[in-house]
Amino acid sequence: MAFIDMKRNEIQAKLVYYGPGRGGKTTNVLHIHKTMSRQICGKIVTIDTKGDRTLFFDFLPLSIGKVMGLSVRIQLYTVPGQVLYNDTRKLVLRGVDGVVFVADSLKVQQQQNIESLRNLVENLKDEKISVHDIPLVLQYNKRDLASSSIPILSHDEMEHDLNRDLGVPSFPASALKGDGVYETLREVSKKMIRRVTHKLRDGNY
Amino acid sequence: MNLVLSRDSIHTLEKILENELLCNGVEHAFIIDTAGTLISEGGKLPMEDILPLAALSAANFGATEKMAQMIGEKDFSLLFHKGTNHNIHFSRINKDFILVTLFGNDVAIGLIRHGSNKAAEKIIPILTSQEECLCGLH
Repeated sequence: MAFIDMKRNEIQAKLVYYGPGRGGKTTNVLHIHKTMSRQICGKIVTIDTKGDRTLFFDFLPLSIGKVMGLSVRIQLYTVPGQVLYNDTRKLVLRGVDGVVFVADSLKVQQQQNIESLRNLVENLKDEKISVHDIPLVLQYNKRDLASSSIPILSHDEMEHDLNRDLGVPSFPASALKGDGVYETLREVSKKMIRRVTHKLRDGNY
Repeated sequence: MNLVLSRDSIHTLEKILENELLCNGVEHAFIIDTAGTLISEGGKLPMEDILPLAALSAANFGATEKMAQMIGEKDFSLLFHKGTNHNIHFSRINKDFILVTLFGNDVAIGLIRHGSNKAAEKIIPILTSQEECLCGLH
């Protein structure tokens, strides 16, 4: 749910990083927190297990500038990717305004990517949101492994598996090195803000 | 669903928090939705602490709702966490909104519960009318 506070002249929107376990969702958010100025970036919250797996979610608020005279605050969340935590994923998806789907480029993760995307579609449906309507961007993470001996999926394979029906923007990335992290965030933020401001301009508020 | 609150509505919400809770010695009080969005707040804590608290409060409420359902309840409409010096009280305003109150040991829990109930009664019509009149849809 985007919330517009006319006293503070502020838009608040919720962005969720979704995807299979160990795909790099938390690494994206940690990179943003590490590299963004403190004026833009608020306090990060992570609830994880001893093994550094996300147990509940990560949270990071960002103030990213002004649109139509309104300050824009985006709240970044990640979900736990592990299959058994679906109730938690549904909880984090409540009131979502935009999604980054972080897919894992490892060949062995091909099926997990597809299942996680299917799970996103189902969970959005439970929130009465169509995956075709919500601002969505795909990120193909761990592309840096292309130079290693570890088998990875080609860009075309990932597009075929995940994006042939959706046709949304997709970005190659290495969240660990920071490549593609900001390109992904910029694109999904643009889509989210455009959606809110269109409604404002059309007088739907 | 989207929510837009006018300057006047936000001002009224802040006044309710002030009159029913803050003037009774509460450190901070804020209204959130179940997605963790901060709707209105007042008190001593800086915004950089309130935003993560809002997200965690919504998650806390959501998690205990699941626990409630496992024992045959719809939800727990009231939660209370007691610390050594600081305490947090959560109460459900309606199905979409939660009132969170932070207070020290010098304030009686009964006063918080009473103030939260009175505040919720006054908050509901404001948020409900805004929802009906001003919401865009996904």
